[in-house]
Amino acid sequence: MADTNFSNDQMLKLYESMLRIRKVEEQLAKDSKEGNIPGAVHLYIGQEAVAVGVCSQLNDKDWIASTHRGHGHFLAKGGETRLLMAEVYGRDTGICRGRGGSMHVADFSKGIIGANGIVGGGISITTGAGLASKLTNDGSVAVAFFGDGAANQGVLAEALNISTLWQLPVIFVCENNGFSEFSPTNTVTAGNIVDRAKPYGTACETVDGNDVIAVWQCAERAKLRASRGDGPTLIEAHTYRQRGHVEAEASFLSKNYRDSQEIEGWVSKDPITLFEKRIVDAGQAKIEDLQVISRAMEAEVNEAVEFAEKSPYPDPGGNEQQYMFT
Amino acid sequence: MIQAINEALDGEMQRDKKLILFGEDVEISLFGDTKGLVDKYGTDRIRNTPISETVMSGMAVGAAAAGFNVVCHMMFGNFMYTGFDSIANQASKLRYMTAGQISLPIVYMSVFGGGRSAAAQHSDAMHPLFMNLGGLKVVTPSSPMDAAGLLRASIRDPNPVIYLQAAGRGGELGEVPDEEFIVELGKAAVLRNGEDLTIVAIGAMVRPALRSVDFQKTEGVSIELIDPRTLVPLDKEMIFKSVRKTGRLIIVDEARDTCSAASHIAALCAEECFSALKAPIKRVTVNDIAIPYSPPLEKNVLPNEKRINNTVSEILKFA
Repeated sequence: MADTNFSNDQMLKLYESMLRIRKVEEQLAKDSKEGNIPGAVHLYIGQEAVAVGVCSQLNDKDWIASTHRGHGHFLAKGGETRLLMAEVYGRDTGICRGRGGSMHVADFSKGIIGANGIVGGGISITTGAGLASKLTNDGSVAVAFFGDGAANQGVLAEALNISTLWQLPVIFVCENNGFSEFSPTNTVTAGNIVDRAKPYGTACETVDGNDVIAVWQCAERAKLRASRGDGPTLIEAHTYRQRGHVEAEASFLSKNYRDSQEIEGWVSKDPITLFEKRIVDAGQAKIEDLQVISRAMEAEVNEAVEFAEKSPYPDPGGNEQQYMFT
Repeated sequence: MIQAINEALDGEMQRDKKLILFGEDVEISLFGDTKGLVDKYGTDRIRNTPISETVMSGMAVGAAAAGFNVVCHMMFGNFMYTGFDSIANQASKLRYMTAGQISLPIVYMSVFGGGRSAAAQHSDAMHPLFMNLGGLKVVTPSSPMDAAGLLRASIRDPNPVIYLQAAGRGGELGEVPDEEFIVELGKAAVLRNGEDLTIVAIGAMVRPALRSVDFQKTEGVSIELIDPRTLVPLDKEMIFKSVRKTGRLIIVDEARDTCSAASHIAALCAEECFSALKAPIKRVTVNDIAIPYSPPLEKNVLPNEKRINNTVSEILKFA
C-alpha cells in the first residue's frame, strides 16, 4: 500500500467521496431490482478508488469524460448527488432534465463532459478537450476514463498517437475491472493494456486501482507531466467490477459467466474496506467518526431519492425539438 | 469555387481567434481550399493530423465543448464513414442529451459526389445519412457565391454542420462579391422561375438541371428550378409554394435512390401538396449501386441532362 502523509481531513475527504459513490449505487441497485428507475444501470461498485483518486487531483476547469459506468466519475468530480439521482429517475430536475439518463450524466460547469454510452466514446472527445487546454494554455488537463473493453477500440491507438505527437495535456485512465461486458478480459485482450503506450513513447504506469492513495499519487504524476507540457500518460488501474455488467443481467443471461470465489477474493480487497482499516489503524480517525460519515452519506442519498421521487417527469407536450439546436 | 472557399476560410480565421481547423494534409492543401492558411495562422490553428478519422471527428467535439470553434476537414466525404461514430453518436446528440448545457460549433467539411473516376470509395453522396441524424445541419452549396456565403454561415452557426462541397464542381466558375456576405442556412434559392414544372436539384446536380431547364425553355416548357442549398434545415415552404404553383415535381439528387434526399422531399410534397399535384412526383437519382470507376460506366450512373429531360417528358404526359 502506498505511503502517505495525508492529514486526517484529507483522508476523511477521500473516504467520504468513495462512500458517497457506494451509497448512491447501492441505492440504484435496489431501485433497479424494485423497478423504480426506467432504464438500465451499470454500477461502479468496487472501483471507487480510481475515480476518487484521480478526480481529487482535478478542479472544475479540468475536463473528464467517462463511460457507461459513469456515476462514480460524475460524483467524484463534484457532480451533485440529487441531480444524478433525478436524472437516473428520468425526471425534469435531473442534471440533463431526463434527456440523457444514467449513461449520459454530464455537468459542463464542473468540467464533466459526461458519461458515454459508446464504449471508448470519451477517448477522442477528451483528446479534443486536451487540445483546447493546450491552446488555451490555462494549465488545465483532460482525463479520459475508460475500461479494459474500450482499450480494444482502435480509437485508443489513434488518440495515443496524436496526443503524444502534439504533447497534449491528457491523462488516459484505463480501469481494468476484469470484464469486457460479459467476457473476461483475458479472453478478448492480448498483452498488457499499459504496454500499448510504449510504441508511441507515451508515459505509462500501472497502479493498484483499489488503493485510493496509490491512484491519487499516480494521477498527481500524470497531471504534473501534462501541465508542464510533457504530454499524455496512460494509466492502467487494476481493479474489479464487483457487480455485473448491468444490473438486472441475471434476468436475461442464460448462464453464469463469473466465478464466485473470484468475486469473494476481490470483495475482501474492497477499496473502501481497505481504506477504512488503513485510516483506523493509522489512528487518523475512529470507527465512530467513519460511521458519522456513513450516516451522512446515507442521509444525502435518501434526500436525493426523495427529491427525485417528488420531481415531475419532463413534459412530453413541450417543444420536443428543444435542445437539438441552439 | 475552391478560391471562394479559401477566401471565406481566411476571412473567418481572421475574424474569429477561437477558430481552429485540422485535418489530413490541410497544411499543403490537397484541394486548395486551405491553401496558404498555415503560413498566415500557424500550426496552433491550422494543423495536419495523422490519418485518423476516428479520433479527429471526436476531437472536434471535445475542442468545441471546451470553447473552440472547429473546422474538422475530412477530405473526401467517404472518409466521414470512418469517423462516423463521433459524428453520429456524439456531435449530433450531445447538446440534446445534456439538455442544452453546451453548443458544439463544428463544421465537418469534405468534398462529396462522383464524376471524376475516383471510384466507389471516393465518390459517394452521403448527405442523406447526415440528414437522418437529427442534430446536424447539412449544407450543399452549388455555386462559388453560395460556397463562400454558406461556409461563413456554417462556421458562425453554434451547431454542428456537415458542409459538403460538390466534388464534380471543384473548378466551377462564378462571380463572388468582394464584400463579406452570408447566405443564411435554411434559405433555398430559386434559380429559374417557371410555371409548368418544379425541379429541385441538390449540389452538383444543379448544373445539369440548369442545362435541362434552359433547353426545355426553348421547347416551350417553363420550369422553376430550386436549389435548397441546405438540406437541414430544409426550406420546405419555398418548395411547397413552387409545387403548389406548378403541380409537378422532379427532384435531382446524386444520392443513391433508397432513402435519398429526393425521397424525403418527395414524401414531404406528397403529404403537403397532394391536391395540387397533376402528375406523380419523379426522382432522378443514382441507382442503388457502388459508383463505378470507368468513365462510361460512371457517366451512365450519375444523373445527367438527358435523364432529366426524359423525366420532364414523362411527367408532362400526364394531363
